[in-house]
Amino acid sequence: MSKKSFRQAINEALRQEMRRDPTVVLMGEDVAGGQGGSSGVKDAWGGVLGVTKGLLTEFGESRVLDTPISEASYIGAAAGAAATGLRPVAELMFVDFVGCCLDQIMNQAAKFRYMFGGKARTPLVIRAMYGAGFNAAAQHSQALYPLFTHIPGLKVVVPSSPYEAKGLLIEAIRDDDPVIFLENKVMYDDEEEVPDEAYTIPFGEANLTREGNDVTIVAIGRMVGMANEAADRLAKQGISCTVLDPRTTFPLDEQTILECVEDTGRLVIVDESSPRCNMACDISALVAEQAFGALKAPIRRVVPPHTPVPFSTPLEKLYMPNADKIELRSNPS
Amino acid sequence: MQISQETLLRSYRAMRTIRVFEERLHREFATGEIPGFVHLYCGEEASAVGVCANLTEQDTIASTHRGHGHCIAKGVDVGGMMAEIYGRKSGVCRGKGGSMHIADLSKGMLGANGIVGGGPPLICGAALSHKVLKDNGVAVAFYGDGASNEGTTLESLNLATVWQLPAVFVVEDNGYGEATGASYACAGNQKDRAAGFGMPYMECNGSDFFAVHDAARDAIDHARSGKGPVMLHVHLERWYGHFEGDSMSYRASNEVADAKKNRDCLESFRKRVEQDKLLELSALDEIDAAVADEVESAVQAAKQAPWPEEADLLADVYVKI
Ligand SMILES: Cc1ncc(C[n+]2csc(CCOP(=O)(O)OP(=O)(O)O)c2C)c(N)n1
Ligand SMILES: [Mg+2]
Repeated sequence: MSKKSFRQAINEALRQEMRRDPTVVLMGEDVAGGQGGSSGVKDAWGGVLGVTKGLLTEFGESRVLDTPISEASYIGAAAGAAATGLRPVAELMFVDFVGCCLDQIMNQAAKFRYMFGGKARTPLVIRAMYGAGFNAAAQHSQALYPLFTHIPGLKVVVPSSPYEAKGLLIEAIRDDDPVIFLENKVMYDDEEEVPDEAYTIPFGEANLTREGNDVTIVAIGRMVGMANEAADRLAKQGISCTVLDPRTTFPLDEQTILECVEDTGRLVIVDESSPRCNMACDISALVAEQAFGALKAPIRRVVPPHTPVPFSTPLEKLYMPNADKIELRSNPS
Repeated sequence: MQISQETLLRSYRAMRTIRVFEERLHREFATGEIPGFVHLYCGEEASAVGVCANLTEQDTIASTHRGHGHCIAKGVDVGGMMAEIYGRKSGVCRGKGGSMHIADLSKGMLGANGIVGGGPPLICGAALSHKVLKDNGVAVAFYGDGASNEGTTLESLNLATVWQLPAVFVVEDNGYGEATGASYACAGNQKDRAAGFGMPYMECNGSDFFAVHDAARDAIDHARSGKGPVMLHVHLERWYGHFEGDSMSYRASNEVADAKKNRDCLESFRKRVEQDKLLELSALDEIDAAVADEVESAVQAAKQAPWPEEADLLADVYVKI
């Protein structure tokens, strides 16, 4: 056990799984970097934000593959390789670039098993960065997990801390279905204690980061930290919150969500994705249908407005959910 | 054909403006005051300017993430660009877009682009508009060697040929897409790719304004005269990192210094006009001074400009709801 950043936790998960299983291969734009460069330096980047640094050195060019800027072909190649014996981890860099390769994910990888009558396995992981807060503007800031959650056949992971990231990524790599693994780009330097050895965190099992009596706050990815901050402040005002991190949006731990709502009678959902048809809507529907009687108050959602992510700092701040907004919306009075 | 003095002066001014604008951004970025991602166009000025010198305001261009040079060359207001990069309300996109999304349709500038390969399909559409509306316009897609490997780009080469569009595909080949060399990432070569689509191909030295200008003139004349699309392959070098903050360990240590010393488009322009007695160097010095002032006041104005307000967040998602 030692303190590790979100970035290191992911790097370690990849390294340990690549050591364990020779069919795990990595591909993406500049996952190593330096190919064809005039200095001859290899592994020049190790990913655009350094997450895959050092893996080329250990595993070589046959398992750490830099790709041309051709998402449709290499994401599709990863799907095809997954269906035929490899266990690829393909990096899409920014999840926004899914616009360039959605067919290979949505119509190909996600549907193989069902369309082929259960005769295919597609152990594919697609890693990508998501989220606003970096002034990266409309085409580099989206939180597209609802888009993937909507597609039958995909599993969708949104880790909320370094510990979560390592265990969930190892689980994702060992899983036999296509998994979309989304990393919040603002969190790479966050640190916490992370075990040195490999471990897994099962999909579809929510994590309660705190338990309380008055309000259940369901928060996703980076929002979990903000929800905990809001819950700390509310505790000082005598309001005790449960904070629930679903970890995966598919499979979704419906049982635990419903139990928490039964216990507290109030539900707040914090979701940084666009507000229409997002996880907050999905979870609201679940609770309205199956725990309506337990609700003491209307469900509240803390979500951004239905706009693209703006560039300018003050606009981006207004756009994003934050601890203040969560605190305000979670206070029953 | 002789280039007019007016065009030469305007082009020199545009190239100098790009250089000073970008070098200033490089320094300002280091202070931490500029938000987001910034990709500098220094070293590549002659490409944007040499091409755009052959375009009118009604012609259309689409640019890339490395878009400041194309914007300036197409006449987008420098003060408005700077304010945009600082995220201010007075920015050309009201602070909504930032460096990677500067656009000004009134100037025929269809946008920088955060998506590699985003521009070429849009340019097929712009060329279609010019063709259907019979306005004699041409549409030009600037894209990098890296972007030349996107399916969108290759499909656009095909579509433009099938539809015989008045389009020019300008491959700005600086040898790198991020930290990966084109020699690794681009199979075959651009010339054969054009040939594969039956498209005329031209190439030129992108550090020489005159070379770019003449090649672009031929390419644009061809497209404008209704003979279909053309590929123009411009060889150039970028002088800074892929984005600000990139240490460029993948490049040989002398590569940029050598380009700056031996292949500076502003220096070669000055030499050429002096040699051929095309312009007085004093006129260029005056431009240098004027540009320095213009960029300085753009930065000062941007830093003092008001931020967007809360109402701006919700504005302009749709024309009408
Ligand atoms: C669809 C997509 N994939 C990847 C990226 C990340 N990215 C931004 S710029 C770039 C390199 C582009 O190289 P090139 O087209 O040669 O342009 P240059 O940067 O050299 O001007 C990459 C990979 C992106 N913005 N969009
Ligand atoms: Mg390039």
